[in-house]
Amino acid sequence: MEPASQPTPRKLLTQHRYQIAPMIRGYSDKTLHINLSDYSIRIKDVPLSMKEKFIGGKGYGLKYLWDATTPATRWNDPENEIIISGGPVCGVTQYSGTGKSLVVTISPQTESAMDSNVGGWFGPFLKICGFDAIELQGKAERDVIIVLDGRAGGEVRIEEAGPEPTNSHELAEALTAQYCQTEQDKMKVAVVSTGVAAEHSLIGMLNFSFYDKKKKRVRLKQAGRGGIGTVFRDKRIRALVALVPKVDADINNVVDLKAIIERGQRFNKEIKELDDQQNQMRAKGTAHLVEIMNDYDLLPINNFQYGNSTKVMGYIDSETWKGRFEQGSFDGCWLGCHMSCAKGVNNYVLRTGPYKGQSVIVDGPEYETAAGIASNAGIFNPDYVIEVNFYCDTYGICTITWGTTVAFLMECYERGILNEERTGGLKLNFGNADNAMEMLHQLARGEGFGKTAGLGVRKLKRMFIENGWGDARLLQDIAMENKGLEYSQYMSKESLAQQGGYAMTNKGPQHDEAWLIFMDMVNNQIPTFENKAEALYYFPMFRTWFGLCGFCKLPWNDVEPANNAETKEPAKVPEHVDNYVTIYKAVTGRPFDNRRLIEDSERVYQYQRMFNLRMGYGTRKWDAQPYRAAGPVTKEEYLSRQDRYDKQLRETVGFDPEGKSIEEKMAALRRYRENRYEQLLDAVYTRRGWDKNGVPTMERLKHLGMDLPELVELHRAYEGGELTLK
Amino acid sequence: MRIFLNNKEEVLDTQKPSLTIAELLALKKFSFKSLVIKINGRLVKRENRETAQFQEGDKVEVIHLISGG
Repeated sequence: MEPASQPTPRKLLTQHRYQIAPMIRGYSDKTLHINLSDYSIRIKDVPLSMKEKFIGGKGYGLKYLWDATTPATRWNDPENEIIISGGPVCGVTQYSGTGKSLVVTISPQTESAMDSNVGGWFGPFLKICGFDAIELQGKAERDVIIVLDGRAGGEVRIEEAGPEPTNSHELAEALTAQYCQTEQDKMKVAVVSTGVAAEHSLIGMLNFSFYDKKKKRVRLKQAGRGGIGTVFRDKRIRALVALVPKVDADINNVVDLKAIIERGQRFNKEIKELDDQQNQMRAKGTAHLVEIMNDYDLLPINNFQYGNSTKVMGYIDSETWKGRFEQGSFDGCWLGCHMSCAKGVNNYVLRTGPYKGQSVIVDGPEYETAAGIASNAGIFNPDYVIEVNFYCDTYGICTITWGTTVAFLMECYERGILNEERTGGLKLNFGNADNAMEMLHQLARGEGFGKTAGLGVRKLKRMFIENGWGDARLLQDIAMENKGLEYSQYMSKESLAQQGGYAMTNKGPQHDEAWLIFMDMVNNQIPTFENKAEALYYFPMFRTWFGLCGFCKLPWNDVEPANNAETKEPAKVPEHVDNYVTIYKAVTGRPFDNRRLIEDSERVYQYQRMFNLRMGYGTRKWDAQPYRAAGPVTKEEYLSRQDRYDKQLRETVGFDPEGKSIEEKMAALRRYRENRYEQLLDAVYTRRGWDKNGVPTMERLKHLGMDLPELVELHRAYEGGELTLK
Repeated sequence: MRIFLNNKEEVLDTQKPSLTIAELLALKKFSFKSLVIKINGRLVKRENRETAQFQEGDKVEVIHLISGG
């Protein structure tokens, strides 16, 4: 046992005692609302109608955010909220991947509703404290720490932050220690925090802690996308802490625990017997994908220009990461997860920055980090990746966003759009690890060009165009963002369906709605527009459901049952879908099947699309993609895949490339591909029940039971031309 | 060798009269592990990839499932 740590006394600003409502069938039907402007704390009942329409998780987040804000609300207005909600299944410990929560806010990057899913322990602990969701509204005058104390009957405290550090790895460690008498107590603390870079940028993220008993380290999982950490610090929240007395085997008081245990044991057997011959998630995590993406020409290289490199193997491939990850320990980001894919590099000695020389644990790198930080910047150095991974995490910056932003800036530098004068002396050539590292430290200090980089790709692009730096059309083509969010790390150029899977998302180009590249590009399973539209209906709806309930997506299809290949639709992994249906019914007791799963999901999906419309977006124009997501922008890109492009021109476009210049061929290919994307939009809009402008029809909303007063009113205004659309 | 791979005609760069599935995966650099493979509609189990063979004109499916993210 470690010596007890004494909590640092903090000035108590307000406290609120309450009776902890028990979870019954996955819900307490209570939401905690905190307004930091006046330190008011109140507990709201969740109406039955809300539970039925919105389920939980992202559904609750969007509904509360809608009710709290107006179309004029900006990310840094006091009425903007951060909502965290896990959903009814969140907190189950008998099936893998059931500890997720969803964080929702108005994003500083997209200026509309953002959602980000995250592991770690806060989501389940929020439920143990008696709440289906927490709403954080208002702005504090000074830095505060919010404590949900479920240990003694239930108490919420808002305390003035003292000398605690701001950066996440230190703050989560310090707060975890403060509330513990024993090592075992550390299993009862969850901390949400960000870092100093979130104060100086629009791309801040949130870290959710969990405690690794074997390593005796506090570890971090990230709600990365869309700048939620920036909103968190703007509200002057230093940390959000949940304390629980214990974690029972059944915190949700489910209807049929036996059914969940049976499915859990079946899944665990699959993991044990099949993972080593399939994706090796337990040994490599999602980093197993690096060389696979390289083999299929899908790994982003130098700002998504190319799809593979000879420098991957031996430097950033999965065997490299397997060697760096500490093996054989608990790597589940929630209790009972046997997928155990939250890999980490332990005892890593930092080489730069304010923590130089310190030995730390680095959570990751995952695939997205390895691809975004390394290959997309042309830096094939594992130590650089680990170092950036650590600092992005502790400073509170999303590694996907940072990877795509740095790649964009490097291309701008290479093409003369930026130069040393404009970057304050940074040499941002592809491959320049030292200068890229320094840019991240500058951002954390709120200094120099690093701070500028923290605006994210869309605002950087606009700034360069306004300054007259470079050709506006080129900048539009190579700035890899849509709706204000940076692309995640897959090449969509050769997969029309994935172009839709990225640019037709509700929040921006993250791969958590649909990943269709293999189905489309390799398998040739969805050749027609109708086929693609069906995939762009089913998969986003199906995957949205994970975020309503508290499920992690990875156990769905990162290991597959031995007989999966023999099923009718192996891509959907039917046995695992059946597990989800069974577990949902076993938790909630509701009648449920595969059809209702999609319906539940679609209601929330359409609501989010309408939320975008309410904020002035959500129309066809905002589903446009940068051309680099669809085809070669430069001659070099064309030449790198010349055989493929010439063949397409000859066989599909009806354009004979023989004797034509590269420019002529590029122009013909571009016309063809841009036209195909517009046709895809039409097909998908029809399948999703949207009009030609990408807006859900009233008929579709009614069909789903989503003719809610706020949506009817908004739709009427849209049809009447009364909305101010951006 | 001319075959139909995933419903597209494909010419494989080989002089052999037949190839095994394992050879096809290596030739095409299909390194992804979660695959459903069929020769003329018949499923090839993972343990039979080294021995299951196909030849000119055969219809071969190498369906990649989804992973990551």
